[in-house]
Amino acid sequence: MDKKPLVLLALVAIIVIIPLTLYNGLGEDEGFFGGADGAAGEAIEETGYEPWFNSFWEPPSGEIESLLFALQAAIGAIIIGYVLGYYKGQDSERNKEENKKNGKRM
Amino acid sequence: MHIMEGFLPWQWCLFWYLIAIPVVVYGITRIKKITDKNPETKPLLAVSGAFMFVLSSLKLPSVTGSCSHPTGNGLGAVLFGPAVASVLATIVLIFQAILLAHGGITTLGANIFSMGIVGPVAAWLVYKGIKKIGWGSSIGIFFAALLGDWLTYVTTATQLSLAFPIPTFGEAFIKFMVIFAYTQVPLAIVEGLLTVVIFEYIMQLRPDILRKLRVIGSEKAQDSPEKVLEVV
Repeated sequence: MDKKPLVLLALVAIIVIIPLTLYNGLGEDEGFFGGADGAAGEAIEETGYEPWFNSFWEPPSGEIESLLFALQAAIGAIIIGYVLGYYKGQDSERNKEENKKNGKRM
Repeated sequence: MHIMEGFLPWQWCLFWYLIAIPVVVYGITRIKKITDKNPETKPLLAVSGAFMFVLSSLKLPSVTGSCSHPTGNGLGAVLFGPAVASVLATIVLIFQAILLAHGGITTLGANIFSMGIVGPVAAWLVYKGIKKIGWGSSIGIFFAALLGDWLTYVTTATQLSLAFPIPTFGEAFIKFMVIFAYTQVPLAIVEGLLTVVIFEYIMQLRPDILRKLRVIGSEKAQDSPEKVLEVV
């Protein structure tokens, strides 16, 4: 099996884990791991700007928000898995047929 | 990179909408053209959109101690061109604006400009450039995705500094770059790596489609002669 994707994914995991160990024990209360989008919003509000429009609807709680984020990721993941799985199946089917043909010839 | 709902003066909202709309419309005609010509590219179009869906939902921690998310715009831009990536980004941004209160309808034009136009155009140019100097397509896709991601955030920082040049544009730019661009560096590398993984897998299974989209040249034939024979 090709090891390259595994190595790359391990690298991804390391890059994501480093900040977690670096600031271990620090949380939102200490101002860590907040979202950059929100931080920009705060920086803008500090200049005295008042947003002139509010979202029509906001997830009523963090739980609902995580539900919708999980849903977003799930929709994406299922499409990727379906299509690439289908390609993979086609590929191995093709290889099987080729092997059969070659087998007969020999 | 999401500019929050209402966080841009209306003149700027209008300005970015006026730039974004023609690109998205052009992207829709491109999708029609590409899928009419090569209907077998449709599943890959879905995968490119889905990849954006997944990556932009993952909020990752960064060494700066804050969280941000990748954009996923490099893959679609390299496979189908930047205009098509604009359409895909628009779908993702509308989903997040309406259901997640991330970004907004008023700031949609501005967010399409950063994630759907500047990022994809950069990714596409970087990929073409790296192919031209003869480096491999995996290196190309890595830097394309990395810069597509990072420049998306630089664009957001620029947009906010233009709208809020307080006290000056330069100082505001540094402030927003610290918030967005520094945080994004490790995440852009993550995005580059993930895009390489999925791109190489597609290349391994269906190089014929990538060749039709002119993403990889026919010189790749040497790598997998048996697959080329089939396409012929």
